[in-house]
Amino acid sequence: MTATPVAAKPRAIASGAQQKLLAFASLIALLVFFSLASPNFLQTANILAILQATSVNGVLAIAATLVIITGGIDLSVGTLMTFTAVIAGVVLTFWGLPMPLGVIAAIAAGTACGFISGSLVARMKIPPFIATLGMMLILKGLSLVISGTKPIYFNDTPSFPLISTGSLIGSIFPAVPVPNGVLILFLLALAISWMLNRTTLGRYCFALGSNEEAVRLSGVNADGWKVAIYALAGGICGIAGLLIASRLNSAQPALGQGYELDAIAAVVIGGTSLAGGRGSILGTIIGALIMGVLLNGLRIMSVAQEWQTVVTGAIIIFAVYADMLRRRRAG
Amino acid sequence: MTEVIRMSAIEKHFPGVHALRNAQFDLKAGEVHALMGENGAGKSTLMKILAGIYSADSGSVQVNGSEVRINGPRAAQDLGIGIIHQELALMPDLTVAQNIFIGREPRNRWGVLDEAQLNRDAEAIFAAMKVPLDPTAEVRRLTIAKQQMVEIAKALSFRSRILIMDEPTAALNETETEELFAIIRRLKSEGVAIVYISHKMNEIRRISDRVTIMRDGAYVGTVTAEDTPIETIISMMVGRELEQTSIAIPDLGDAPVALEVRGLSAGRMVRDVSFTLRRGEILGFAGLMGAGRTEVARVIFGADPREGGEILVHGSARTIRNPRDAVGAGIGYLSEDRKQFGLALGIDVRGNIALTSLDRFSDRFLRVNEAGLAKVATSYIASLAIRTPSDQQEVRLLSGGNQQKVVIAKWLLRDCDILIFDEPTRGIDVGAKAEIYRLLQSLAEAGKAIIVISSELPEVLRLSHRIAVMCEGRLTGILPGGPATSQHEIMRLATRRDHAAEGASA
Repeated sequence: MTATPVAAKPRAIASGAQQKLLAFASLIALLVFFSLASPNFLQTANILAILQATSVNGVLAIAATLVIITGGIDLSVGTLMTFTAVIAGVVLTFWGLPMPLGVIAAIAAGTACGFISGSLVARMKIPPFIATLGMMLILKGLSLVISGTKPIYFNDTPSFPLISTGSLIGSIFPAVPVPNGVLILFLLALAISWMLNRTTLGRYCFALGSNEEAVRLSGVNADGWKVAIYALAGGICGIAGLLIASRLNSAQPALGQGYELDAIAAVVIGGTSLAGGRGSILGTIIGALIMGVLLNGLRIMSVAQEWQTVVTGAIIIFAVYADMLRRRRAG
Repeated sequence: MTEVIRMSAIEKHFPGVHALRNAQFDLKAGEVHALMGENGAGKSTLMKILAGIYSADSGSVQVNGSEVRINGPRAAQDLGIGIIHQELALMPDLTVAQNIFIGREPRNRWGVLDEAQLNRDAEAIFAAMKVPLDPTAEVRRLTIAKQQMVEIAKALSFRSRILIMDEPTAALNETETEELFAIIRRLKSEGVAIVYISHKMNEIRRISDRVTIMRDGAYVGTVTAEDTPIETIISMMVGRELEQTSIAIPDLGDAPVALEVRGLSAGRMVRDVSFTLRRGEILGFAGLMGAGRTEVARVIFGADPREGGEILVHGSARTIRNPRDAVGAGIGYLSEDRKQFGLALGIDVRGNIALTSLDRFSDRFLRVNEAGLAKVATSYIASLAIRTPSDQQEVRLLSGGNQQKVVIAKWLLRDCDILIFDEPTRGIDVGAKAEIYRLLQSLAEAGKAIIVISSELPEVLRLSHRIAVMCEGRLTGILPGGPATSQHEIMRLATRRDHAAEGASA
């Protein structure tokens, strides 16, 4: 009367692959469309620009993916990114300490903030939406307070911009000057993807989103692991903070709000379920690239920025609807 | 047999409820010990204390003769106590093996998950259970019965010597129940002690050695299963003798036909189903899980698309494309899942009763006539004997039986004279069941046409004037109700996998 597990297995695999295939096909379709629409689109320089522009959102989206897979949501990733950039500015510019300390400080600050968000959610049982909304505003305010509402420039640390704009790969293979920011995004994606699939932390991430009560009843320290996941996501926001600060060669305290929505959009386009329990980093990266390609392509076709935003909104709704249709048919 | 568990003088309070009063329980190695009582008697609470999910306010728990404190699920596991929850506690997005070993994943020497080892370990457990299950299957794609097997495998993976099963057969069909019993007997022969919580009397008799009965959070007594009459156990549970009612079948020969279904088809689960239902009649639908009974109801109600056939209401053909059409034709459907489909739990009794009839209680500015609603709600509370402090009590605070009555009131208010009840007493305790039965009978006497879908044969036999039996989407026969029909006859039709089965009609 119902499918035997033997029959169900290939279907499960096919469904997961299908989901990524759909997103990937949309990405290819966009690339083909824009390259036909504009000869400037498929230039190496433009492709690198797209990747560079995607790197910050991509890293934030990875952080958001982790939290969303647990069945939560993190609205603070954008302003946390800014906060960590300001912290780097304080350490490097105000205090004049060496660059590695600035890097460590930014990631540590991000992890600490993630730990606080995680504790609010897991231990104090504040709904993730509310807890991270609060954190979003707190961090926005703190960034302005600490920086004195003015940008902090990294002029004393000349190597700081290289974090994002330098090219380690280009120094070895001059033909492909992939910026470090892009390299960091892809290395991070590989690392987190591995973490999700091969470590206990990843396993609990999916398990919590799938049925948190079951995890608790299995004798697992559900709250502790949840805090760990939020803290990890916070640390990743610290990396995003370093990327954006290094690209702008400054910490811009007023920036950040709105980035969390772009990140969540990338996650959703990539097929991760907002209900938790399922999702992938590969999907999120494809989602982030779709958004990056779309914005770049529309700009090259001289579509006004206002309209770019409208199109992005429509794409998000379409992506989720397409995924729901697919699921309904599969289910 | 050695005693493995002794719980005594257990007290437990929840806010506003004295859940356990001086409760006691003991368990021997290699026995199946049934724990019975009405809903709210404290069975699950007592067992959750044993499994470390709740902690007792006071009292003593001894495991293998020594006093223990069980302060969490982990502690219970370490003592060899495993529990299979009433509501399956699995993670649907994870695989079978990942579910079994959650929290104890095998890792290689670099601390990385060893998925191959994980699957091998799970396979070994299924081999020992003699259950063929693929460890790499995603749990959400398994049947409820298979998910139950995963739960049991999980409990066994802790090398549990004590296994608590909380209503394990609630969602299983007969075959699956047999498979479960085979596993229970095997475990028992290996000396595992099993606590078996169930409402199903016949199961208790078949599988258990001793029965402990609880009532209102207190211990009533322990009897042997073999030679204690069912009536004795029931009266221990309810604290009073239940009247054994046999159904009086009214003569409906010239009552007008309220509903006629001809050649109804929809997918694999509804194939060429035809029957008639007269006013004042209770037509029972029996069959195994997955026989297509709910599907028939949903198609008649317009909740699922109809692919073929006709539906005649009071003699004229009606096009029913959606539930709104069905309600317009006077058909009401009371889902088996009240909480999900039948009720708005956070809204008060009055609001729920009015839910489908709000248009009649509002003026053209959409202002709701609260006074009128209150009057109607109060009258239904009185006529159906809904036990609620007022019509403004939130429905989620009512017991299962009273919630069911609220759903009934809702459809009565909507002037539905054809009522389809899907598992009307699921999750309702013994005392309230009898009350729902009486209510259904009085609705029939008042001229309503009633379909009752039930998986419990005694319930079908007790209620139905006629019994329609389904198997694999086909109506395999219609039997007369009352003492003329035996459970055996129903089961014969329910398992008739003959595709040339006659399209029985009345």
